[in-house]
Amino acid sequence: MAAISCVDLCKYYQQGDAVIKGLDHVSLEIEQGSFVCLSGPSGSGKTTLLNAIGGLDKLDSGKISIDGERVDQLGKAALADLRLHSIGFVFQAYNLIPVLSARENVEFVMQVQGVSASERKQRAFRILAEVGLQGMEDRRPAQLSGGQQQRVAVARAIVSQPKLVLADEPTANLDSASLEKLMARFRELNKLHRITFLIATHDERVMSWAERRIGMEDGRVIHDALQAPV
Amino acid sequence: MRASIGLSFRLAWRNIWRQKRRTWLTALAMIFSNMLLVFMIALQLGSYDMMIENSLRIFSGQMQIQHEGYHESQKMRLAVDDISLLAAEIRTQFPAAKVAARAFAFALVSSEGRSFAMQIAGVEPEQEAGISTLPGLLESGRYLAGSDAAEMVIGSIAARNLGVATGDELTFLGTGKDGSFAAAVVTVVGVFDSGATELDRGLAEIPLAYFQDVFSMGGSGHVVAVSVPDLRRVPAMLKSLQGVAGSKNSLLVLDWDVLMPGLKQAIQADMTSAWFMYAVLIVLVAFSVLNTQLMSVLERTREFGVIMALGIMPRQLALLVLLETFLMALLGLLLGVLLGGLVASYFSHAGFAYPGMEELTDKFNLPSVMYPKVSLVSLLMGPVVVFVFCLLAAIYPSLKLYSLRPVAAMRAV
Repeated sequence: MAAISCVDLCKYYQQGDAVIKGLDHVSLEIEQGSFVCLSGPSGSGKTTLLNAIGGLDKLDSGKISIDGERVDQLGKAALADLRLHSIGFVFQAYNLIPVLSARENVEFVMQVQGVSASERKQRAFRILAEVGLQGMEDRRPAQLSGGQQQRVAVARAIVSQPKLVLADEPTANLDSASLEKLMARFRELNKLHRITFLIATHDERVMSWAERRIGMEDGRVIHDALQAPV
Repeated sequence: MRASIGLSFRLAWRNIWRQKRRTWLTALAMIFSNMLLVFMIALQLGSYDMMIENSLRIFSGQMQIQHEGYHESQKMRLAVDDISLLAAEIRTQFPAAKVAARAFAFALVSSEGRSFAMQIAGVEPEQEAGISTLPGLLESGRYLAGSDAAEMVIGSIAARNLGVATGDELTFLGTGKDGSFAAAVVTVVGVFDSGATELDRGLAEIPLAYFQDVFSMGGSGHVVAVSVPDLRRVPAMLKSLQGVAGSKNSLLVLDWDVLMPGLKQAIQADMTSAWFMYAVLIVLVAFSVLNTQLMSVLERTREFGVIMALGIMPRQLALLVLLETFLMALLGLLLGVLLGGLVASYFSHAGFAYPGMEELTDKFNLPSVMYPKVSLVSLLMGPVVVFVFCLLAAIYPSLKLYSLRPVAAMRAV
């Protein structure tokens, strides 16, 4: 069974008299454990598609299923539950909680999931070390650089090992070494735990890690091909 | 938020200090209003105690032993036998208490040219000063001296109405306990001015033994008035007196609440009007909290959008906003109670007076300073109401979170 199934997704935005096509009859299937990149210029619909799959945005029409469950038919509470337990998000902006330290930001979701304090702490320290933030656990976002904040956001998304990670430009503020390290970690999680990754990016270096590349333009899929990853 | 309270508290506490100046301004509004409420309520309760004490001190006493039904009907035949002996027994059993026996009758009191209906009270002159302030409120003459002398003290308005002064004679005419004709001629030995119109116009006192003789009372009377040094000891004393009264037939012990229902009503009316004023203060503070929390929610729209995207329900975010308000209101409550308590405690020892108060209180033989009453009620009643209203004020900003949609919220600036 496909991890993600999208059938004829449409999402339009009204901007004055003009209608912007966020998603224009998009259909695609992504297998469980895939490592997929969404590419395309700004406004091509990558973020809209990620938001729709994650249940953050309502569609005008179409069907989305994750592991056979119709996301587009779920209520608010069920959607929140799905996002909490099954999906990890990495946003274009880092979107960390400014009053919490790096560790507390990573622990936050686990806390709501009901993970015990000691385990939360242990897992947060480990994942922050893995993304290269050892020794910076108690720093607040304002005390971290843009790249470091993005790594905290990535750590927050993957610390609970969700079934699906939706990442929107996760490496936008990372240097090459950090990018390689992060993508290697994504790939490792993908291989070891069969976590499905759907990554929207402009970056060719990120795309080279993907085993499938989906190109978008004007809300439509214009290219969808398998490739040999790095 | 579901599993650990610790991180939620930390998050809420840090959130409220994001805008230090705004939080302090809101907290200061709470602290100031709480401080003011604590002091005002303590002063109000202190003044009520003073008002009760002084109202009861004028004549009625804090408690009275009466025959069943006398309080309602004031019938002469509903008398307490051997009333002086009963008063003496209570005096012996409770040395700290002030005790005075009294008898009452209505009579037509006449001077040379005028007549008025008045209440005649037979009192024990040597005991009366312990219960009543009337002996100390004489504007002319002296108080009653002998227990069976044909003398009388009357109120200043009655003296004016009857056209008499100290040394003049009055005749009174009434009905004795046995239905016989009761009449006597007495000399006015003193005129009192209590400031209480009802007493000054309608009450005359004569010695109890003389009263018993004129009104054919034998050794009986109608009331044993009892007072203790501290109003807070009244309930305990009431129980003790009930023990004493219970051993006699058909006697009741009544406290000031029953004896002077108007006093309690006056206090309740004053309290109600004061609370209207307090309500304005409380509503202003609540609006200040509403403004702060609304601003706080609006400027964090983007952050709330992200948190919702991570799988947190609006309900949990609303609880976070309520928790933030709870902590801010708790800060206001603790500091307000502390400062208000200190101010009230200081004045409860030093006394509180305002310009012009002395003249007013002198006229009514009242103390010239008021003493705020510091108690759990005065410390907490106002601040707890402020606290509750602050929490209520945070409901609207919290409810706004229910209408947030993650994507739209994350796009907010």
